[in-house]
Amino acid sequence: MMKVYLDNNATTMVDPEVKAAMDPFFTEIYGNPNSLHDFGTACHPALRKAMDSMYEAIGARDEDDIVVTSCATESNNWVLKGVYFDLIKNGEKDHIITTEVEHPSVTATCRWLEEQGVRVTYLPVNSDGVVEAHTVRDFITDKTALVSIMWANNETGAIFPVEQIAEICKERGVLFHTDGVQAIGKIPVDVIKAGVDFMSFSAHKFHGPKGVGALYIRDGHPLTSLLHGGEHMGGRRSGTLNVPGIVGMGKAIELADYYLRFEEENVRRLRDKLEDAILEIPDIYSVGPRENRTPNTILVSVRGVEGEAMLWDLNRAGIAASTGSACASEDLEANPIMTAVGADSELAHTAVRLSLSRFTTEEEIDYTIKEFKKAVERLRSISSSYAYMPESMKTEQ
Amino acid sequence: MAKQDLIGGSIWEEYSQKVQELMNNPKNQGELTEEDAKRLGGELIVADFGAESCGDAVRLYWIVDPKTDKILEAKFKSFGCGTAIASSDTMVELCKGKTVDEAVKITNIDVEKAMRDEPDTPAVPPQKMHCSVMAYDVIKKAASLYKGVDMESFEDEIIVCECARVSLGTIKEVIKLNDLKTVEEITDYTKAGAFCKSCIKPGGHEEREYYLVDILAETRKEMEEEKLKEVAQKQESGEELSFNDMTLVQKIKAIDSVIDESVRQYLIMDGGNMEVLDVKQNGQYTDVYIRYLGACSGCASSTTGTLYAIESVLKEKLDPNIRVLPI
Repeated sequence: MMKVYLDNNATTMVDPEVKAAMDPFFTEIYGNPNSLHDFGTACHPALRKAMDSMYEAIGARDEDDIVVTSCATESNNWVLKGVYFDLIKNGEKDHIITTEVEHPSVTATCRWLEEQGVRVTYLPVNSDGVVEAHTVRDFITDKTALVSIMWANNETGAIFPVEQIAEICKERGVLFHTDGVQAIGKIPVDVIKAGVDFMSFSAHKFHGPKGVGALYIRDGHPLTSLLHGGEHMGGRRSGTLNVPGIVGMGKAIELADYYLRFEEENVRRLRDKLEDAILEIPDIYSVGPRENRTPNTILVSVRGVEGEAMLWDLNRAGIAASTGSACASEDLEANPIMTAVGADSELAHTAVRLSLSRFTTEEEIDYTIKEFKKAVERLRSISSSYAYMPESMKTEQ
Repeated sequence: MAKQDLIGGSIWEEYSQKVQELMNNPKNQGELTEEDAKRLGGELIVADFGAESCGDAVRLYWIVDPKTDKILEAKFKSFGCGTAIASSDTMVELCKGKTVDEAVKITNIDVEKAMRDEPDTPAVPPQKMHCSVMAYDVIKKAASLYKGVDMESFEDEIIVCECARVSLGTIKEVIKLNDLKTVEEITDYTKAGAFCKSCIKPGGHEEREYYLVDILAETRKEMEEEKLKEVAQKQESGEELSFNDMTLVQKIKAIDSVIDESVRQYLIMDGGNMEVLDVKQNGQYTDVYIRYLGACSGCASSTTGTLYAIESVLKEKLDPNIRVLPI
């Protein structure tokens, strides 16, 4: 049976080139980069090269910082809690703006900040799944310390107007953070052009290793540290450097940058092919216009078929996908993103996400099209809600 | 939280083999028609429960023999996750050949048990018990259609937790008998709230008529009231109250009167006095906060011998768990 991995927004395969770049740093060059001896300094050239790749890929300048962290969750926590300490707890501000569709590492941290007395505004999204820039303007006050809005959404792939939002924040003198996890490697990311103050990202979303991420900080803006200890990362983030991880992230981001055009053309073509074929099945709709989505993502609602059941059938066929369905979660809560973008309440139960990568092949897409249709057919034959759905509710064929 | 909880598992790993097989190949999936009913000489019943927008919807078909009330044939259709499909399939299997009255006695717990591989290992993870409730509700719906009565008439008690089938009466009784103070304790004693968690408090997976938080608050209030009534009754009948049974006001009065009778006169003789500032219940202890007045304040003995004497008198006359704390 064919094995097809279409869950690349959850995590990606490590590119063999990345693994090869990391390999020497486990058993050959294993010194602590903070040590004075040769074992320690031996890893410096590779670390510097990795940092250069990161600066280049996102367009950062030498006066900016890219602080390597353990994951984007840490980066998001750091920027939110750091700004809280600096401008709210020990300052005059009291307000943070974010959206209803952020990753849990942003929303859960904001919920915690609310418990500490911070006012948090969660902006809604429109039916395309994006926050419109003017909404941000409407909610900024003199007390707003930070605006935190993602660059692209993990579930829908929707791309947010980051540049316009940054412009508004700059006008009002408010710091702007963007979670760039789903953007890097999928669409062009230039932090200077976009005008962001902070950006989080994570290596494992662009064919790098798990356990390494980063926070971009414009002009080395002061931010209270989350991890205190030794003077690593210029004293901004303590903890012995994850040398293989940093080398891997450097290589991965270099390749992601190199393959951007491939992503834009080939991955998009395969995605569109898959989406067109799926939308040929009656009573399926996809969320958000294609041109405003990351080129690898499809989120569809299959009327009459519950998302977890769909995932089960796809998995039996060797295909990995994802669902925001309440039934598939530990706590039976629907994914809040589905509720926020859902034009109807069914999306919270019927959503299936397929996310491709540059390793996805034409053959895999053809196979997926065939198996997806089979799964819909089988589950609709069992479904109680599809068979007797009133004709008026069915879309025109 | 412990070792086995740290690396999250997939809920799919907790499905029994039987559940997985039924998800892949449900045996009783399909429809029954008037023609089928005619052929079998029975009455066709079609019952719907749930809605797609809620995440579960199931439709149950029965052909019932009107003379014997026996279910001659049954089938289902289901919008739901795999466990909902497997539960519906098992439920239909259990209905077949039973009379309608027997069928309404099938509970979600019977359905779940029938899907186990091992008698003591649950067939589905806790949050998926909810799916079998759906299967149970649709039976009642079908039976109510057949008999022309309300669904509620099949429940002789109010069920608070559908997943574990725990009634309002049981929950209140357990709170009272075991002096339970938290929802977690109720769950430990009864399993109510351990599965889909909808019945714990409003805002969960499903809206409920009764929530454990409210039942707990109400029952605790009832218990307080009952205790007060008991105290009042004892007083009326002239029965002597033990210090422990007293209300806080009664305790303060009792402490004051012991101090007036046995303490104050000796302090006054030495040119001093004292007052009770506050009385607090601190677990098993009753803490009495006092302030010395006149010559007593600043007296060396006020924190040693005198304090010990005051505490001893209160302990002896009222309760050994009294502590006296000078401010």
